[in-house]
Amino acid sequence: MATFPEYIAQNEERDGVRFSWNVWPSSRLEATRMVVPVAALFTPLKERPDLPPIQYEPVLCSRATCRAVLNPLCQVDYRAKLWACNFCYQRNQFPPSYAGISEVNQPAELLPQFSTIEYVVQRGPQMPLVFLYVVDTCMEDEDLQALKESLQMSLSLLPPTALVGLITFGRMVQVHELGCEGISKSYVFRGTKDLNAKQLQEMLGLTKPAASQGRGPQTAQQPLSNRFLQPVQKIDMNLTDLLGELQRDPWPVTQGKRPLRSLGVAMSIAVGLLECTFPNTGARIMTFIGGPATQGPGMVVGDELKTPIRSWHDLEKDNAKFMKKATKHYESLANRASTNGHIIDIYACALDQTGLLEMKCCANYTGGYMVMADSFNTSLFKQTFQRVFTKDVQGSFKMAFAATLEVKTSREIKVSGAIGPCVSLSAKGPCVSENEIGTGGTCQWKICGLDPSTTLALYFEVVNQHNAPIPQGGRGAIQFVTQYQHSSGQRRIRVSTTARNWADAQTQIQSIAASFDQEAAAILMARLAVYRAETEEGPDVLRWLDRQLIRLFMFHLRRSPFLQVFNNSPDESSYYRHQFNRQDLTQALIMIQPVLYAYSFNGPPEPVLLDSSSILPDRILLMDTFFQILIYHGETVAQWRKAGYQEMAEYENFRHLLQAPVDDAQELLHTRFPMPRYIDTEHGGSQARFLLSKVNPSQTHNNMYAWGQESGAPILTDDVSLQVFMDHLKKLAVSSAA
Amino acid sequence: MNVNQHTPMASPYGQPQPGYGQPGYAPLDGGYPAPYAPYNGPASAYQPGAPQQGPARGPPASGAPPVSAPQPYNQYSQSQGDMQNGPPLMTQAPPRPAVSQPYNHGAVNLPGPQPSFPQHYGPPPSMQQVTNQMTGMQIASGPPTPAGPGYAPPHSSQPPVSNAYSAAPPPSYTHAPPPVSSAPTQPPPPSGPAPSQQYYGGPPPPSQQQFNSSLPPTSQQQFTSPAPPPSSQQSFPPTSYSGPVPPPSQAPAPQVSQPQQPFPPTQPPFSSAPPPVSQPAFVSGPPPPAQGSFPPRAPPPSSQPGSFPPPGPPPTSLPSGQYTGPMPPQQQPPPTQPSPYHSGPPPPGSQMPPTSMAQSNHLPPGPQGPPGPPGPLQQHPPQPGMPGGFPPQQNGAFGQVRGPQPGYAGPYPGQPNYGAPAPAPAPAPPAQKRLDPDAIPSPIQVIEDDKAKSTEPFTTGVRGQAPPLVTTNFQVKDQGNASPRFVRCTAYNMPCTADMAKQSQVPLAAVIKPLATLPQDESPPYLVDHGEGGPIRCNRCKAYMCPYMQFIEGGRRFQCGFCSCVTEVPPHYFQHLDHTGKRVDCYDRPELSLGSYEFLATVDYCKNNKLPQPPAFIFLIDVSYNAVKSGMVNIVCQELKTLLDYLPRENPEMDSMVRVGFVTYNKVLHFYNVKASLAQPQMLVVSDVSDMFVPLLDGFLVNVNESRLVIESLLDQIPEMFADTRETETVFGPVIQAGLEALKAADCAGKLFVFHTSLPIAEAPGKLKNREDKKLIGTDKEKSLFQPQVGFYNTLAKECVAQGCCVDLFLFPNQYVDVATLGVVPVSTGGSVYKYTYFQAQTDKERFLNDLRRDVQKLVGFDAVMRVRTSTGIRATDFFGSFFMSNTTDVELAGLDCDKAITVEFKHDDKLSEETGALMQCAVLYTSCSGQRRLRVHNMAVNCCSQLADLYRNCETDTIINFFSKYAFRGILSNPTKAVRDTLVNQCAQILACYRKNCASPSSAGQLILPECMKLLPVYLNCVLKSDVLLPGADVSLDDRAYLRQLISCMDVAESHVFFYPRLLPLTKLESGSLPVAVRDSEERLSKGGVYILETGLHLFLWVGASVQQELLLNIFGTPSFSQIDPNMTSLPVLDNPFSERLREIIDSFRAQRSRYMKLMVVKQEDRTELIFRHFLVEDKSASGGASYVDFLCHMHKEIRQLLS
Repeated sequence: MATFPEYIAQNEERDGVRFSWNVWPSSRLEATRMVVPVAALFTPLKERPDLPPIQYEPVLCSRATCRAVLNPLCQVDYRAKLWACNFCYQRNQFPPSYAGISEVNQPAELLPQFSTIEYVVQRGPQMPLVFLYVVDTCMEDEDLQALKESLQMSLSLLPPTALVGLITFGRMVQVHELGCEGISKSYVFRGTKDLNAKQLQEMLGLTKPAASQGRGPQTAQQPLSNRFLQPVQKIDMNLTDLLGELQRDPWPVTQGKRPLRSLGVAMSIAVGLLECTFPNTGARIMTFIGGPATQGPGMVVGDELKTPIRSWHDLEKDNAKFMKKATKHYESLANRASTNGHIIDIYACALDQTGLLEMKCCANYTGGYMVMADSFNTSLFKQTFQRVFTKDVQGSFKMAFAATLEVKTSREIKVSGAIGPCVSLSAKGPCVSENEIGTGGTCQWKICGLDPSTTLALYFEVVNQHNAPIPQGGRGAIQFVTQYQHSSGQRRIRVSTTARNWADAQTQIQSIAASFDQEAAAILMARLAVYRAETEEGPDVLRWLDRQLIRLFMFHLRRSPFLQVFNNSPDESSYYRHQFNRQDLTQALIMIQPVLYAYSFNGPPEPVLLDSSSILPDRILLMDTFFQILIYHGETVAQWRKAGYQEMAEYENFRHLLQAPVDDAQELLHTRFPMPRYIDTEHGGSQARFLLSKVNPSQTHNNMYAWGQESGAPILTDDVSLQVFMDHLKKLAVSSAA
Repeated sequence: MNVNQHTPMASPYGQPQPGYGQPGYAPLDGGYPAPYAPYNGPASAYQPGAPQQGPARGPPASGAPPVSAPQPYNQYSQSQGDMQNGPPLMTQAPPRPAVSQPYNHGAVNLPGPQPSFPQHYGPPPSMQQVTNQMTGMQIASGPPTPAGPGYAPPHSSQPPVSNAYSAAPPPSYTHAPPPVSSAPTQPPPPSGPAPSQQYYGGPPPPSQQQFNSSLPPTSQQQFTSPAPPPSSQQSFPPTSYSGPVPPPSQAPAPQVSQPQQPFPPTQPPFSSAPPPVSQPAFVSGPPPPAQGSFPPRAPPPSSQPGSFPPPGPPPTSLPSGQYTGPMPPQQQPPPTQPSPYHSGPPPPGSQMPPTSMAQSNHLPPGPQGPPGPPGPLQQHPPQPGMPGGFPPQQNGAFGQVRGPQPGYAGPYPGQPNYGAPAPAPAPAPPAQKRLDPDAIPSPIQVIEDDKAKSTEPFTTGVRGQAPPLVTTNFQVKDQGNASPRFVRCTAYNMPCTADMAKQSQVPLAAVIKPLATLPQDESPPYLVDHGEGGPIRCNRCKAYMCPYMQFIEGGRRFQCGFCSCVTEVPPHYFQHLDHTGKRVDCYDRPELSLGSYEFLATVDYCKNNKLPQPPAFIFLIDVSYNAVKSGMVNIVCQELKTLLDYLPRENPEMDSMVRVGFVTYNKVLHFYNVKASLAQPQMLVVSDVSDMFVPLLDGFLVNVNESRLVIESLLDQIPEMFADTRETETVFGPVIQAGLEALKAADCAGKLFVFHTSLPIAEAPGKLKNREDKKLIGTDKEKSLFQPQVGFYNTLAKECVAQGCCVDLFLFPNQYVDVATLGVVPVSTGGSVYKYTYFQAQTDKERFLNDLRRDVQKLVGFDAVMRVRTSTGIRATDFFGSFFMSNTTDVELAGLDCDKAITVEFKHDDKLSEETGALMQCAVLYTSCSGQRRLRVHNMAVNCCSQLADLYRNCETDTIINFFSKYAFRGILSNPTKAVRDTLVNQCAQILACYRKNCASPSSAGQLILPECMKLLPVYLNCVLKSDVLLPGADVSLDDRAYLRQLISCMDVAESHVFFYPRLLPLTKLESGSLPVAVRDSEERLSKGGVYILETGLHLFLWVGASVQQELLLNIFGTPSFSQIDPNMTSLPVLDNPFSERLREIIDSFRAQRSRYMKLMVVKQEDRTELIFRHFLVEDKSASGGASYVDFLCHMHKEIRQLLS
């Protein structure tokens, strides 16, 4: 048997799952003592190019409360053509189509290497993908121009059958009718008045002539397009022109005022439009905003420039008068969208805040993207947006729609909840724990938007009683069933079944300890912390966290923007947390503890401690914080560069040295979504602050003794260094133990 | 009159009559005799007379019964006399006298009826009867040649009448002679004699067919004779009918002679003459019967004569007296009811003589007695005899009648009167007498006279001078008062005191058309710039500098002519005075020498102290199913493509500054972005109509030239886009809101052109319900139908006015659209409503497009405020027109175009002085179509008088009618229609009665004496009363009434004149350069062999007689056959002959004169469409129950008599 790290890696590779413990304590009591719960980071759409799509439907356990999918862990009686469900032990007959089954002729789902398998559902119509652009027109001409170009470009990336729609807004909200010859039509709405779906339907003239909305046949007849959402292939030119003629919001903005931006109503209309035309069909509402909503429902700030947008300070003082109302508005939109399986993406490009704090749930509940940049005219936005439409080798988008994730567990373990871009479907069942962690109380979640890196944290609870025997078979199993709409329009079901050994904590504590996955646990705990931070008061969360353990990560986590709001705007915090909650483990780790590489003439690039002592004059540092890629030239290197040595042939090695981190950075930039901010700075540069704020302040103006020595640069901060933190932690650990 | 009434009445009468018949009649007769008697000895006379006649009439009574109902109408007998008076004065006194006489008669007749039947207008006897009577009457007068001559001399118009009469009447007139005699006699008592001519027993005719015979009542014709007197009577003569007086001198003689002759024949004529007359005029059934009955009656008359003789002499002696005879009724109002009829009859008998003219009625009796007595009588009557005599007669008659009535009364409460009348009618004899329509004041005559008189340009420098009539072409020279094209007053001599004004009841009002278009040869108001300080104004009352400001202290200060406050002259405006106290630069400055001019306003006069933006025009087009299907959308869009090049501009060299915007709508609104930089127009749909807003700013209102391509592309596409629409519901409130919001957003004033088809029933603010309920018509709730259904539009209108957003509404309804509600905004914002019911592209396109073109192109001012300042003593108290008022003095007009007039009523709040006269200054602050802020000032000074006579001599009937109609049409919003009508009649009667009482020389009460300037008042007022608004026919929709109501409210005098009294031209011969002389609006003026054109300002008819000459047909239609004329044609074929050319030229010129295009309708005689055409023959009884002219005149006379007694 391989080592645990290998095992973990293999499991992650195969099933997209990482557990905090890979051997489970067999009783509830013991599990509780472990402090870190049994939990998993699950990436439902983990890229598996080798996965053959199965062209039939899964075989389900016949017990109504179980409905688990036939999997390699099931015991099969080939002669009797029976299989026993490994979750409920129900014995099931194979369906007639499995008549030819035998030991040598096993279906794919029974093969151990297919513990994760994907079925393609043949039933039902192929639903088109729907992309609805919601575009702010209150922005500088340059920005608008850049945005228009990006949008026009995106049309060419869409599959020809995809439906697109366009809503623009400023002071008013315009829903554009597409494909009109000779005249462009749009429906205009006041930006201050919210409309429900029914009103909207009437006003857009989308009322169906047939009065009743029957099921089955009628839903099948649903028109596949309407005046506002039409196939790209049909209205490509039209829409390109339309975007080309898009004007900046013409309403005058007097000095000292913000433009009136009806974001809240625009999003409401977008949600309403899809709600009444394509319910339960994968759709993306892509919202591009150049500033905060300043009127109508969802406004986050008034139009007076002299009143700044709310800060954490205001929030603490309960001084943000629009915040609660706006949050409520966006929450209701998010719920409506997620109910219908629609994604809301937010691309906010402005120098100031745009209200992401209030709108975060739109992206968080629906699995949408949240992208924050300074301007639409930056490569950060342009490339990020372009990357949304990345395709896999089969030419399909790397995105899935309207997914539901169902978790099935063995009897000894139950699911407490999930943290990630999902909403509860409130499905009660035998495997739902009474203790809720994150979004709990259900064994099914809706994830409207998925991409291969979308990762959920799922928390479990061992319910086996202390005196009960180790469960039969000695393994606890968990099955993840993800149904989703593939970007090709097919419905697919991906099933991952995993099992872990039970161990008695009293007798096998060593093996349990060995099975601890530190990284996964760190992220899982961090998500929990962030979740609490979002829902509870800040300081309490830090204190709670402090009472938990885990060393290194916790130090950085405390200082990370996920928990620390100092120096961050509410929007930034929301943005960081959003990303943290959806990225996979590797990315999440980087977010918590940035990676620092050093480049010097002394040897090949090497990772160095994220410590102020790593900042040396003759080094080039490359820091990756996930959100930023920063290249820092040490004092000496910077001087060399300024002197232009890299231009001289004899110093080619210096040129290479300079080039190396840049190349590495480019590589990172190209693979990451959203695209990080790329910073090139040097010793004493203003941007160097990004680096200085991240490193462990082992040397500060407070411990001057370190000065003059060969190492590092002092950081001007009152924060404690890791060393101090650790000392303190040890003291606490001892005292608490005592 | 109400037909209904007649029938019922008839029956009742019929029955009663028998019983009463004798007694009643007896009285009646007696009544007549009485009249005569009165002369001798009233009291006694009555009784005796009564009995005697009674029997005689008894017989007629039988006949009468049926008539009875109609009788009331008789009362209407009208008096033309007054009119005539006027003319006579001037040149041909004699003619007028004749006219005056008729009045007298009329008066006589009237008295009787009035008392009892004042209200009966409606019923006015059947046309026929009336005509009969009329004819009788007239004839009488006619015969009396005197009348003829009289008229002839006086004026062409009248003369014709007289002639006409003469023809028929001659024989009957024999009686006339008596009048003649009277005339002579009258000379002395000028007025007296004239009046003497009672109508005739006009009443009698009524008796039978009261209304039909309305004519009879009109015996008035008789008055004609009096006309002459005018001369004699000082200024008043005319008015008083002194007309008659004049005769004394010259006319009298002739008349006398004639009359006398006539009279003699009269008696015979009566029997014979009447019948014939009746036949000609109304030929129709009614008359005959009447006649039939009459004949029998005739005998009675004869008998009467007998009886009369005795009394006759006396009465006759007082021809006037006889007439007075009728008069008496007035005095004896009580009997009145019966008397009317009686009076009618009696007059005939007794009056015959007096009425030389009217005679027909009188004639019978007259002849006998009259001849002799006339002379003497007349003289007498004037003094005591008249009154005394009359009263007695009537009294007697009435008294008796009443006797019977009481009984009836019981049975027929309310109608008792009629009953009485019935009996009266019984006096068939009266029936025989008819009021000759030619003998009553003729509008045509008056119009033609005025034309003849007005050869010189009218100069406005003389205070208190009435301008020529609106029907006359004249040039105006501004010499310090505003041109009558801008301001017309009801009275150019205002009473000095409130008491006088109240007594006379003449409305003091001015019709102001601030932006009126002037003819080419008159220069538009000069633009004056007083520099940065703005116009110089009085410190206290803020009146603007004008010729009435008196400069004092060497020119350093000026005293305000309005409030007498002294104000410093600003240094830059200082100028020395000459020796007369005038500024030296007086004639260099328009504001010191002219009545109308404009000031350039400064920023102080602008909204928000900001110079205004150029205005904008927004076109809002209904694109619902009906609109598309009718072709309206297509037509509008096609037309706009060219029309947009003709937006109003001040400098023809420059492009218009007006920006345009487009909206289409059904139950949602579509705005269009037509910014020049766009490759194609953008349509912005606003579905949220509950809270309207404008979805775009930039690109909605554009300059036509810059965005031409985009606009054309848009206009091409609109019809296409909605070609297949199935949307039938529309909104309306949000449409106006949208336009308003757009103007608000653009911060400018402007005009909305709304093209709308249906009742807005879609869910939206201002949604309406169909509330057309014919059952409410005639009830007290009727008024609610004229009020807006919801308050929403009032509020909206207010907002529009505040923004300077004027709304013009073009309606294309196929059913009820509630014009009363939809019109609220247009009317309150100074806009117009155009209605094209059952619009069809093919037939109505031309009319619509012409209206649209004119409406878009006409000069218009925006965001206007009008303020009328007056000199101390009077003040503007009430305003009528299309505007909004938020306080009591400022008239706010979101838009004011060149066709809109505002009628302003003045009331005294103090005394005026004769020296200074009364001044008024109308200042209109507005934004011109190029965005310039200006002040237009019109000044008007009128005289003040302490004598009522001066008032009556210098007033203008057309303007009074304009005021009355607006007053009444507004009145129906808050009062039952009937009450409004009654009020009008009362006021008119009071005006005339006051005149009669205070200005006319003493004359018999039976005379109808009309002021010269107001002699057309009854006929015009009758037209107002008969209008669809006040007296709707069964086929007149509520929308039509509301539409007309609103339309009238902003008409100027010329428009209201032709609207109420349409122009009817015979087309037999056409000469280039001049129009044929119009004929009166009566069917009897139409010749079967002729072709006529009739225009009302809204309608244009070409009436083709059934036996029209082939040549005419060929010339006009290019077809030789009557049956081949296509009744659906809307334009005449273009034929290459002088006649056709000239005719089309005339039609074009008519159209050019009116603010709305008139669709030509060809009406073939006896075709179904003739019914519509007949509606406009306003002198005839109308299908909806409106009285004929003759009937109404009789009624008016009755009312007057009642007031006088």
